Amino acid sequence: MRDVVANIDLSETSVRDLNARLHAVAPDTNDKSFSVLNPNGAHAIAAGLTEALHVGIEGHVGYYCAGMNQEAVVEIHGNAGTGVAENIMSGEVRVHGNASQSAGASGHGGLVVIGGDASARCGISMKGVDIVVGGSVGHMSAFMAQAGYLVVRGDAGHDLGDSIYEAVLYIAGKVESLGSDCVEKDMTDAHKATLTHLLRRAGMDADANGFRRFGSARTLYNFKIDNAGQY
Amino acid sequence: MPDNTDPKDPRLIRGSASFPPDVIGEIQRAAREGIYEIRGFGAKRHVPSFDDLVFLGASMSRYPLEGYREACDTDVTIGGRFAKKPVELKIPITIAGMSFGALGVNAKTSLGRAATEMGTSTTTGDGGMTNEEREASATLIYQVLPSRYGMNPDDLRRADAIEVVVGQGAKPGGGGMLLGLKMNERVAAMRTLPKDIDQRSACRHPDWTGPDDLAIKITELREITDWEKPIYIKIGASRTYYDTMLSIKAGADAIVLDGMQGGTAATQDVFIEHAGIPTLPAVRQAVEALQEMDMHRTVRLIVSGGIRSGADVAKALALGADAVSIGTAALIALNCNAPIHVEDYAALGTEPGSCHHCHTGRCPVGVATQDPDLEARLDVDAATRRVRNYLATMVLEAQTLARACGKSHLLNLEPEDLAALTIEAAAMAGVPLAGTDWIPGKS
Amino acid sequence: MCGIVGLFLKDQALRPNLGAMVSPMLIGMGDRGRDSAGLAVYRDPAPPGSIKMTLRRVDGDEDWENLKVELAAGLGISVSGTEFDDHLLLRAATDAETVRDWLKNNRPEVRVVGAGQKIEIFKKAGRPEDIVARYGLDGLDGSHAVGHTRMATESAVTTQHSHPFSTGLDLCLVHNGSLSNHNRLRRWLMRHDIEFETDNDTEVAAGYITYRMRQGATLEEALEAALVDLDGFYTFAVGTADGFAVLRDPVACKPAVMAETDGWVAMASEFRSIAHLPGANDAHIWEPVPATVYTWGHA
Repeated sequence: MRDVVANIDLSETSVRDLNARLHAVAPDTNDKSFSVLNPNGAHAIAAGLTEALHVGIEGHVGYYCAGMNQEAVVEIHGNAGTGVAENIMSGEVRVHGNASQSAGASGHGGLVVIGGDASARCGISMKGVDIVVGGSVGHMSAFMAQAGYLVVRGDAGHDLGDSIYEAVLYIAGKVESLGSDCVEKDMTDAHKATLTHLLRRAGMDADANGFRRFGSARTLYNFKIDNAGQY
Repeated sequence: MPDNTDPKDPRLIRGSASFPPDVIGEIQRAAREGIYEIRGFGAKRHVPSFDDLVFLGASMSRYPLEGYREACDTDVTIGGRFAKKPVELKIPITIAGMSFGALGVNAKTSLGRAATEMGTSTTTGDGGMTNEEREASATLIYQVLPSRYGMNPDDLRRADAIEVVVGQGAKPGGGGMLLGLKMNERVAAMRTLPKDIDQRSACRHPDWTGPDDLAIKITELREITDWEKPIYIKIGASRTYYDTMLSIKAGADAIVLDGMQGGTAATQDVFIEHAGIPTLPAVRQAVEALQEMDMHRTVRLIVSGGIRSGADVAKALALGADAVSIGTAALIALNCNAPIHVEDYAALGTEPGSCHHCHTGRCPVGVATQDPDLEARLDVDAATRRVRNYLATMVLEAQTLARACGKSHLLNLEPEDLAALTIEAAAMAGVPLAGTDWIPGKS
Repeated sequence: MCGIVGLFLKDQALRPNLGAMVSPMLIGMGDRGRDSAGLAVYRDPAPPGSIKMTLRRVDGDEDWENLKVELAAGLGISVSGTEFDDHLLLRAATDAETVRDWLKNNRPEVRVVGAGQKIEIFKKAGRPEDIVARYGLDGLDGSHAVGHTRMATESAVTTQHSHPFSTGLDLCLVHNGSLSNHNRLRRWLMRHDIEFETDNDTEVAAGYITYRMRQGATLEEALEAALVDLDGFYTFAVGTADGFAVLRDPVACKPAVMAETDGWVAMASEFRSIAHLPGANDAHIWEPVPATVYTWGHA
């Protein structure tokens, strides 16, 4: 539990003023905890943070909350709109409710935790972020996923990992269908250890034994005549 | 037996307009390889262009400006609509987005230094920003593409403007492409891809589709950069009139419009040749949309796709553009298609003047390659000088034409300074056919 | 490109507040579409044998009093109507076709915006807050409403091009997205007796639903058929006499948020437009799954 330093009420303050204030926090200050009230679905809340702040948001946010996050810990006590933590570089973004589509899109690092369900395109184009979803993910999740881990305790929708590169997917529930070049792979003790660590970081109590691993078959890495149907 | 003492009876050797040798060759190649042909360079076929427009120089009713002290100014500022720190250009010619990956370090560095000398900007491409380019270019535009390779907020913040790429003229609706030979360790690391693979890229952005959601994305980019930087939207020319309106509605400070002649380092030939409309009609449509929305000169229009000379620059500005951007032409100034290392062109099956083999990574002059031995052939100082000279020449050429039309600023050129040499050009540019009052469809 | 909203009141006690609840939803989507806005409200049913029709002129002012008098005399029926700025909400003791025929012959510049037992449609070029004020939308009661704010993509910004498009009696459609095969489909539908006023893609979707339902399909069947025959990107909200339906295309790039409490079901392009509704923060909130028809209605 942190001492909350500042309450910022978005029914009285603009998102611009909120973000300007968060961007202006000096690296050497101790006053780094914020609580954002009445988000009411506003967009780009806490986007572009660069310092190790703690930002708690009380309610539902719109698109691109914590977009391009660096270092900060952002917690959304509600649901998130499209593109939560898009292009996250480091730090953590936790959504206690559900996330809309493209959660963690093109994320490069850090951790994104969705307590409930994520929608379509969870982890699309991910480039190193780790995403842990307590519920299910929608169709086209991990589309063109290049690096990082996607962990899903629930089910995955159609076309999981379509055109996937080197990201690794751990799914506990059922997978509606697999995308181009995405295949099930074996689960060794090493994989289970990695998965256990991810679940622990996410604060989730789950048994790695219940998961399956998916990744790239790597048949699309160089253009070949006989794979034309996959394109 | 026919009495045929002339072995080359022309009746027996008739070419086909539908199936000329290059089409026959392509069908045979497709039959062998089972996949589309990928190549570099823009559309090679003839399309109506600025060549079909001419300027009406001074005469009895209009008076020219002298050179030297009777100034013809060339500056343009981009970003006045929303940005705290607009981009100031000394000349209305910028260097278009080309990726590090498609081009090598030496090429990007030379372009950057030349642009800096001339007081203009360069643009990153589908691979992210390198330190070399940021150091070489005093003004650097940072592209946000569907792939998001290398995207990061630090680069957003150290850029001078941000360009959201919806499409490019060579392939409106297509994503980026880089083949395995050019996916070396450094390029692969920047793009978070395995080395040596053929890159597959998305054609849509991962977290928005459509101008209504783009407007929200642009707001996010502004929030991340504290509303400092101008935001450009780049589109390939297709439904330009609507695209321009929608870009304005989405919140752009500038629109970068790339006609079908626009270049590429690697795209399917069918895409290059058969999608997109030429730059000539696209400029006119974009300006119409800007004027209808009363945003002309507020939201800036930067036009690219086959800009080759100061005449093209002046004509684009006369039609209402605020600036132009060069890609292919800048590479040619670097040495693309120069008649040197001719044996290496031959090894690719081509020759100087015809080479479009950027996709192979075997660029004979060291421009569109990652191979260190080939790159060494591009001397940065000499290449910088060449690009600088070329930009300076284009500016002088444009000023010459503008002064002849009595203009003290290049942006004072207008459509009425032009006449068209063909009916197509008249219709496309909205400029009368020379010697007549006729604009097909309008008068 | 656009914003769409829908609100269905499960709790009858909320009906007097329908307009007050749905107007901020519409205004909230104003950033997604500044060109025009429209709202279809379901309220105050006409008695059997009577019809309600929302009328407006294409351009200029109409003498509505005169029109009512002539219509009543011409058809020998009782006619009444309320003016809402440039719209007339007409009630006539006959069927819709009869009134349409009379209008074609006597007032060709007057357009039927919507017709049915319950539907009233108000739409105009302009910002949603202006449309709300102009037609007093926030004061209306009713059981449900479907609305739209428009960012015109490929067709003109005019009132005629605005949504909701009325597809049949008590039916209307709003759309966020962009269809890609509507031109050929429009020509086919025209050969099958569907009339169009604009080159708008949404009007084609509306006409398609009408066509299917004329062929005997239920709304659900018509929307299932739309998944096959329409190409492109869309979130549709369809208003019916007793409720509304939502459908997303199989690729589902365009947004859609649903929320439900004991009192209401709401749908919007962004959560922002739902946030102010009573109990929104604790509502069951979810996103409709692609290529799946969702319907809500009164029993």
